[in-house]
Amino acid sequence: MQQTTADLKIGQRGIIHDLNIDEIPLKLLEMGCLPGNAIELIQIAPLGCPLYFNVNDSHVAIRLETAKEILVILENEN
Amino acid sequence: MAKELIKVALIGNPNTGKTSVFNQLTGLHQQVGNYPGITVEKKIGTCKLSETTKATIVDLPGTYSLNASSIDENVVIELLLNKNDENYPDVVVLVSEVENLKRNLLLYTQIKDFEIPTILVINMCDRMNLKGIELDIPYLEQKLNTKIALVSSRKNIGIEKIKTLILDYENLPTTPCLNASSIDPEYFENLKKAFPNQLLYKLWLIITQDVNFLNLERNQIQSPFTKSHADLKRLQQKETIKRYQFINDTLKIGQKIDLSKATDIRAKLDRVVTHKFFGYLIFFFILFGIFQSIFDWSSVPMDFIDHSFASLASYSKTHLPAGEFTNLLSEGIIPGIGGILIFIPQIAFLFLFISVLEESGYMSRVVFLMDKIMRNFGLSGKSVVPLISGTACAIPAIMGARNIENWKERLITILVTPFITCSARLPVYAILIALIIPEKRVLGFISLQGLTLMVLYLLGFGMAIFSAYLLNKILKMNSKSYFVVEMPSYKIPLFKNVAINILEKTKSFVFGAGKIILALSVVLWFLGSHGPKSTFGQTERIVKSEMESDAKTYDESTLERKVNAYKLENSYIGIIGKSIEPAIKPLGYDWKIGIAIVSSFAAREVFVGTLATIYSVQNDNENETSIKAQMKQEKRADGTSLFNLATGMSLLLFYAFAMQCVSTLAIVKKETYSWKWPLIQLFFMSGFAYLTALVAYQLFK
Repeated sequence: MQQTTADLKIGQRGIIHDLNIDEIPLKLLEMGCLPGNAIELIQIAPLGCPLYFNVNDSHVAIRLETAKEILVILENEN
Repeated sequence: MAKELIKVALIGNPNTGKTSVFNQLTGLHQQVGNYPGITVEKKIGTCKLSETTKATIVDLPGTYSLNASSIDENVVIELLLNKNDENYPDVVVLVSEVENLKRNLLLYTQIKDFEIPTILVINMCDRMNLKGIELDIPYLEQKLNTKIALVSSRKNIGIEKIKTLILDYENLPTTPCLNASSIDPEYFENLKKAFPNQLLYKLWLIITQDVNFLNLERNQIQSPFTKSHADLKRLQQKETIKRYQFINDTLKIGQKIDLSKATDIRAKLDRVVTHKFFGYLIFFFILFGIFQSIFDWSSVPMDFIDHSFASLASYSKTHLPAGEFTNLLSEGIIPGIGGILIFIPQIAFLFLFISVLEESGYMSRVVFLMDKIMRNFGLSGKSVVPLISGTACAIPAIMGARNIENWKERLITILVTPFITCSARLPVYAILIALIIPEKRVLGFISLQGLTLMVLYLLGFGMAIFSAYLLNKILKMNSKSYFVVEMPSYKIPLFKNVAINILEKTKSFVFGAGKIILALSVVLWFLGSHGPKSTFGQTERIVKSEMESDAKTYDESTLERKVNAYKLENSYIGIIGKSIEPAIKPLGYDWKIGIAIVSSFAAREVFVGTLATIYSVQNDNENETSIKAQMKQEKRADGTSLFNLATGMSLLLFYAFAMQCVSTLAIVKKETYSWKWPLIQLFFMSGFAYLTALVAYQLFK
């Protein structure tokens, strides 16, 4: 099964592999959420959503459903 | 020979300290207005560059790119697309920030495609050591085709450098950084052939954005070059990737980051501030602190203003020659101005707290914490900002709802924000609470009056949430829910930014709402001190004949009071008040309160001023008395005090819920593009207010 950014654990990093462009706001792309860039999950809000990422040095919070549209390859699985 | 006036546009991402740079460059030489037709704030300032040259600087709204997703961002594109605009810049100053240089440069490369001279300001350079960042400025300048100013607006470093670069703008290269049209060569080649005189990037923006371009009709280029929405977005993604490739290549050589040196306070603070328990606790304590301090701290200056104007009014009455003009001054104008100035302490405190929360970066964490909770009610985490700034004033708050991407969430936010206790309700609350709640402290330090105030705030907030929940169930709308929030690094708020913000907001209140209040005070004074000839003109005779029929003798002062009371009752205002009395009697109000409610439909804060005017006309005495004291003296026909617990509660609830603000209705109309929503708001809120006030009075009576 494909991993998405929603599967990351706090502190875990991945490389963006692909994303569903129809479901991702342009603004997020412009902040550097693009294939090939690293993405790290920093924090999950108390009720499981939104998720707070560091992508391409931008610190952004997005909702779970958006995070599920971003496919990643995990950097270090443990 | 340099020009005498250089037009500068300040552009940059949000959270780069753009406004600080603007404040440093222009100081207090700023004007705040609106862009025509829309309510986006327009800030223009001037700056002296040399003995002979000045610059006018436009501070444009913060934007992440030239692909606009809100009206605020549209302003930037519209200005750059329209060469005939009076503010079209000779030179752009692009403000970036040292920690987010990569992302900031995206906007920079877009601006460069306009072939306008563009100075790159890299702000917050004082943080470079802390973050282990090194920049090769000569290399960057050469790669990016520009001049760079390393600036710290916080420490006032590099501002002179910006001025020198602006003066020399004609020598800046205007060549773009990269050729973005290579993402689809054939398409752009055809576009260029069709419109040889236009900049390619401009054409591309016109095709992709919802912007009205004055010189070039949109549909004119549309026909052969239209693409589906999805195709356009795919191209935009390609364009973005292309730009980032260039930026990454440039920064690979031009920027060195030593991660071992970097200390990340942000991560540590975030762990606490967004913690599932401590996060909410901190948020609650911040709110609690704000409300306690607003009530405690501003009561001293407010009492001072209240008493000063009362004594000024009585002074002018005794020391000026008696006559119509003196009456107008001491009963209309002076209480009117006092009724405006009395809000300044509270408004200033509120904006102090709000701008500190915004400036420090804490507000984004609140958005993050609250999003999931707010979504249950059809709101967004971003609704928290309007709801909090709604405690200052619903008007900027409703405008602040613009950055909510989802239309349904935005509409609900706009509709429920007026329930939030705004600063205009504060004086009404303050005076009523002071009258009906004893000045006691619970547990030694919590003031009971402050606590009541907090309950009223919570009530407004609860009502906002509850009606959001209802609206979410009722409104059938499907719009995609996008949510992207930047979490900026924490900063200590700059005194200058906070101070200018407070000054501006207070000024716009005094001169905006203030005009209405003053005008209404004068009208009220006139209506209160004039009346129909047949009754009002015959006062003395009627009162005397009444006395004679009573067969009692009164002393001078009682006679005077009787005459004044009769005059007020038979004045124009008395006639209006009496005619609405049946509708408000069940709520426990007399006709004087009725007048205050009707006139405060323009703005809630008018309530206190109106009562002040009415009572000062009625009492007509030369002793100084504050509004509060006069309200305390008011008696019902049966001799009990008018402002007792029941009436007080009823009034508090009425003002908590009723839509008593014309300006808010106007702004809602503007933001929702129809009269439908403001009218629904008006009837729902005011109807609900009437019912709760009725129930409250009947229960407490």
